[in-house]
Amino acid sequence: MTTGPLRTLLLWCPDWPTNAAAIEYDFGLDTPLALIERGEVFACSPTARRDGVRRGLRVREAQSRCTDLIAVPYDPVLDHRAFEPVIAAVEEIVPGVQLSRPGTCVMRARGPSRYYGGERQAAQALLDTLAHVGVRNARVGIADGPFAAEQAAKLRSDQGTDAIRIVPVGSSPEFLAPFGVDLLQRPELAVLLVRLGIHTLGDFAALDILQVRDRFGPDGVLAHRLASGYDPSDVDARVPPADHSSVVEFETPLDRVDQVAFAFRTAADEFVARLQASSLVATAIRIEVRTESGDSRARTWLHPRWFTAGDVLDRVRWQLQGAGLAESGLSSAISALRVEPESVDPAGNHEAGLYGGATDERIHSGLSRVQGMVGHAGVLTARIGGGRNPSDRRVLVPWGDLPPGGEAAVEASQSLPWPGKLPGPPPATVFPERQRVAVNAAHGGNLLVDDRGELSDVPVEFQAPGKAPVPVSAWAGPWPVVERWWDAGGTRLHRFQIVDDSGAAWLLVLDDSGWWAEARYD
Amino acid sequence: MSLAVAPPRTPDFAAGPSAVASQVAELQARIRGMQTTRIDSHGLPTSPGVAELLPGGVLRAGVVYSVLESTTLALAMLAGPSAAGAWCGVVGVPSLGVEAAAAAGIDLDRLVLVPEPGDQWLQVTAALADVVTVVMTRPPASVSPAEVSRLGSRLRQRGSTLVTLGDWPQSEATLRVTDDRWMGLGDGHGYLAARRVTVAVTGRTLSGKPRRKQMWLPDSEQTVRSAGLAGVPPVRSDRHETAAAS
Repeated sequence: MTTGPLRTLLLWCPDWPTNAAAIEYDFGLDTPLALIERGEVFACSPTARRDGVRRGLRVREAQSRCTDLIAVPYDPVLDHRAFEPVIAAVEEIVPGVQLSRPGTCVMRARGPSRYYGGERQAAQALLDTLAHVGVRNARVGIADGPFAAEQAAKLRSDQGTDAIRIVPVGSSPEFLAPFGVDLLQRPELAVLLVRLGIHTLGDFAALDILQVRDRFGPDGVLAHRLASGYDPSDVDARVPPADHSSVVEFETPLDRVDQVAFAFRTAADEFVARLQASSLVATAIRIEVRTESGDSRARTWLHPRWFTAGDVLDRVRWQLQGAGLAESGLSSAISALRVEPESVDPAGNHEAGLYGGATDERIHSGLSRVQGMVGHAGVLTARIGGGRNPSDRRVLVPWGDLPPGGEAAVEASQSLPWPGKLPGPPPATVFPERQRVAVNAAHGGNLLVDDRGELSDVPVEFQAPGKAPVPVSAWAGPWPVVERWWDAGGTRLHRFQIVDDSGAAWLLVLDDSGWWAEARYD
Repeated sequence: MSLAVAPPRTPDFAAGPSAVASQVAELQARIRGMQTTRIDSHGLPTSPGVAELLPGGVLRAGVVYSVLESTTLALAMLAGPSAAGAWCGVVGVPSLGVEAAAAAGIDLDRLVLVPEPGDQWLQVTAALADVVTVVMTRPPASVSPAEVSRLGSRLRQRGSTLVTLGDWPQSEATLRVTDDRWMGLGDGHGYLAARRVTVAVTGRTLSGKPRRKQMWLPDSEQTVRSAGLAGVPPVRSDRHETAAAS
């Protein structure tokens, strides 16, 4: 028995990525906003589009078209996260929702339309629900099959756009016929069809399916069926994921870190216990802190292994300490705290061995203890990065965190050639802050480097910080370093290596502000 | 039970009182060496250049070594255990050159830094010594004798080694770098390429007079190794160097 395509309701929130970013970064919906991916505009808000910003433009070009454009890096995770409350609200009134991508979801139309007494009423009920969670520009399309429903939702008519568009049962082929073949989302096929003189879906649907199969294979057959309004795909309803997040609201906002941490203790235990009940462990969590004044701060914490309740509590404390002004006081009282797992892993992968844990687990618990004493950022791991100065080449990352940009970025930067880096053994002491030193010339006066890179005199005397001046026994330089000269934050300096009379070797820097010691070879 | 006992030597009184004193000190050192009753004093893997410096030729677990005037030498002491798969920690050295640590042969994946322990230096060092094999640290200016012995017993119990940058009252050996001589840097040309130093080693199990060794720290291939002139007084080797240079 063959059945026709499934009657489908598709819910579409236009410009979802920019909407999500606007919600996340707290911009108004009419702010000209552009999401940037790899230096190009990935999506833009309607206001920006009115000024001529388009997808695929370079950032500079977009900014010149729309001068008050706000450019934000595109984050696909954000789309999903912001859509989660929306889809949860939809699931409250209609079960069996399939998330096709953030901003778009599909459901069977038959159930809701019976329940609400008609397809239009069902669609209206959905739009009302969405307006309730803050999405006001959503559109609904109802047609035979998800493909036709999507085209119905996205259709722009001459009289403006309708929030609800219903294609009557059985008339999807006629509805789809005038659309162009590029809607099939198969660029190669679309180009070929246009060359063959087939411009609309109707033309394509008129072809014999057997010939299409012979020429274009199974994927061509699928495209042909979409075009002719016989969308074979079913709605694959998602199982609503269990909500593992944990929220604590403080009736009286708390203004001390220890109070908040104490109040969250039970919630942290429950958070971990709930994950354990579903045989999961969290390897990354996101802590969101809402203050009394209404603003909220969120940060993601990674864990080298997985979070226990104590670890969660530590992260809460560290995050609050980082945000606060004094040691235990906070800049604003905390009214709510929310912890959600950002990435989870089956607990079986993290089971301790039969004969106790491996060495690394011991290391980890010991280092966590030290972190408890000196704070999260007090225990560091080191990597060698890229750069010309010893201090640039030192990348320090808190234990358990990833370096900025990830390990790959550090390695890539390290493997660049960096012309001008120092040869010979690297200095064992690299001052965190460069130190003021004095170098005296043979004939008095200041030692200067002229425009040709020549030193005006010979250095004969060197004074280390807090020491008496000693004669210089060997030296070399100047080695000019000019970095980012086009930028106000660029550097322009000359480097020297000197060995003083006591045998100590130094890496010195001469810039406009005088002589500095950057590192010591000791 | 049989002990190989060297034939008793009569002190050579004719050689004068200083020779007698040195011979007495040497014998005392031998007695002390034989009286070591610790059971946990196994050695850690050590790079050959460093092993020659240390009393007994091995970096022992559960004791403290102090290194004066050289971070590079301290890093070289960490390199042997690290290369053999041990974890290393560095406490209270915010100016540590990470690249130098890697060049010395320390695996950065197994290196943990606590640059600013603040007033909790002792607790942090002890907690780190619980889990890592070798801890390098710069002790604060004032450490009370009680703290010294507490940390010492913790180290013995855990079998981890402490390398201090600076004096430490109960150290197994003190390594002081003297007579720094850099190669490669001239008068306005060249670059620092290699360094030859004299390391003076004094230790509890050694006689009172410091033992001196010539070392490359590092040589032009960036490895730390003995300069091979053990026992030759530094003055003579200096003259030799100068003669070769001129």
